[in-house]
Amino acid sequence: MVAPWARSQAGARLFGIASLVAAIALIESLIRVGVINRFIVPLPSQIIAALPRIISEENVLHRFWQTTQELLWASLLLAVVGIALGALLYRFRILRLACETWVGALAAAPIVLAYPLFLVLFGRSATTIVAIGFAAGLAPVILKTVEGLAATRHVLINVGRSFRLSPAQQFWKILLPSALPSVFVGLRLGLIFAMINIVGVEFLINFGGLGQLINELAERYDLPGTYGAICFVILTSIVFFDVTQRLERWLTPAA
Amino acid sequence: MSAVSAAPTVRQVTVLRIVIIAVVLAIWEAVSASGLLFRDVVPSLVAIGKSIGGLLAGAEFYGNLGITATEIGIGLLIGGVSGLAIGIALGANRFLSHAYEALIYYLGPTPKIIFFPVMIMWFGVGTGSKIAMGVVSCFFPIAISAASGMRQIDRVLIRVGRSFRATTWQMVTTIYLPAMRQPIVNGVRLGLGVAVIGTLLAETKLSNRGIGYLIIQAYARFDMPRMYALLIVLFVVAIAANALIGRLGRPRHP
Repeated sequence: MVAPWARSQAGARLFGIASLVAAIALIESLIRVGVINRFIVPLPSQIIAALPRIISEENVLHRFWQTTQELLWASLLLAVVGIALGALLYRFRILRLACETWVGALAAAPIVLAYPLFLVLFGRSATTIVAIGFAAGLAPVILKTVEGLAATRHVLINVGRSFRLSPAQQFWKILLPSALPSVFVGLRLGLIFAMINIVGVEFLINFGGLGQLINELAERYDLPGTYGAICFVILTSIVFFDVTQRLERWLTPAA
Repeated sequence: MSAVSAAPTVRQVTVLRIVIIAVVLAIWEAVSASGLLFRDVVPSLVAIGKSIGGLLAGAEFYGNLGITATEIGIGLLIGGVSGLAIGIALGANRFLSHAYEALIYYLGPTPKIIFFPVMIMWFGVGTGSKIAMGVVSCFFPIAISAASGMRQIDRVLIRVGRSFRATTWQMVTTIYLPAMRQPIVNGVRLGLGVAVIGTLLAETKLSNRGIGYLIIQAYARFDMPRMYALLIVLFVVAIAANALIGRLGRPRHP
């Protein structure tokens, strides 16, 4: 028989958190008794203690802002270029038939691996990071925009025609509002891809914000600092993921 | 603005594709010959073609491809099996799902390459850390897909299995896995994609063999035609592997 607390969702979540804390406590004791080498895995208590040091000494807030700026630029490019290209593919059916599979292939291509090429083109700079973030997130925005526009109900398009709307009015007043739920799904996916790649490339080229912080701390062999910085980046990604998810739900109530 | 034109024929689409490719290649060649960019940043198509030929004709490429493929394969196997097991457990048990699925769901979209310094400390600078990167990368999409696929299984099938008193192993092999084929294939597709990225990025960061190492060596020597050649071959292989797995997942009609 299952205990009543275990049947409730909150009880299960509490159990999940408690078991996670227990696992961390177990790791702490295994390190203290010498089963796990403390020169490979630092004490969880040391990692927690390192967090305020990282925040104050390593300029985390400034680095966070740098990464955010790169992400904002990539997002802007994604929204403008991605939606425009999606609309273009929708407008010219022959272009869509010719290119949609290519865009799908682009989504499957490991674009971030071309980062040395971007380094040659744009140098070791924020432009390289933004360009990779943009390239990595472009395909879902285009595909979802086309999908959303193509799913517009014919009744709405006919209403627009009966009011003799110009092609531009038809797009801004009927097609785009109707496609918004799908466009936001594409933008959210694109933003997540962009964020993953931006932090990843910062780490790889040792430039920029949060990704560079992990690389620097690892090169200094500051173990608690490295683990702490990784935890901070994970936390940031989780918050970003959650915020975009909530934003999508808020902006697309009909979806 | 609406797509109301008559449906284009296959021939028209093919012609347009050829025109687009020809225009892109012509622009590329023109930029290469113009000298607008730094020398060799945009090498001529002939130089890239020669480099692809040289790459595919030499043994060095295949040796390194074998190493990378082995790392990815082992990573996908470990990450895939563990992701599948965890996914099935989460999908089958509502309590476990409420307790742990959010953790996997939220950790999934984090940039995995940041774990590389930790993997180096745990598994060394050799093949082990690259395999570990593959495992960490592909575990999450496969676990999430398996958990979601598990919940989509027709309850009737599960009841039939139970009424026959099937063991857990029999339930997994004869009911769960065949019924979850499509979500599992989708998960493996996603998993393969991120495992390729995780492993190769790790090779570019710290390695002395593998395709990632060849790419970063070409960058360090500023051998741009070779870098383009490596990236083109790699993209073709990655897209082909993705398409192949996707084809395996399509339902077979008699």
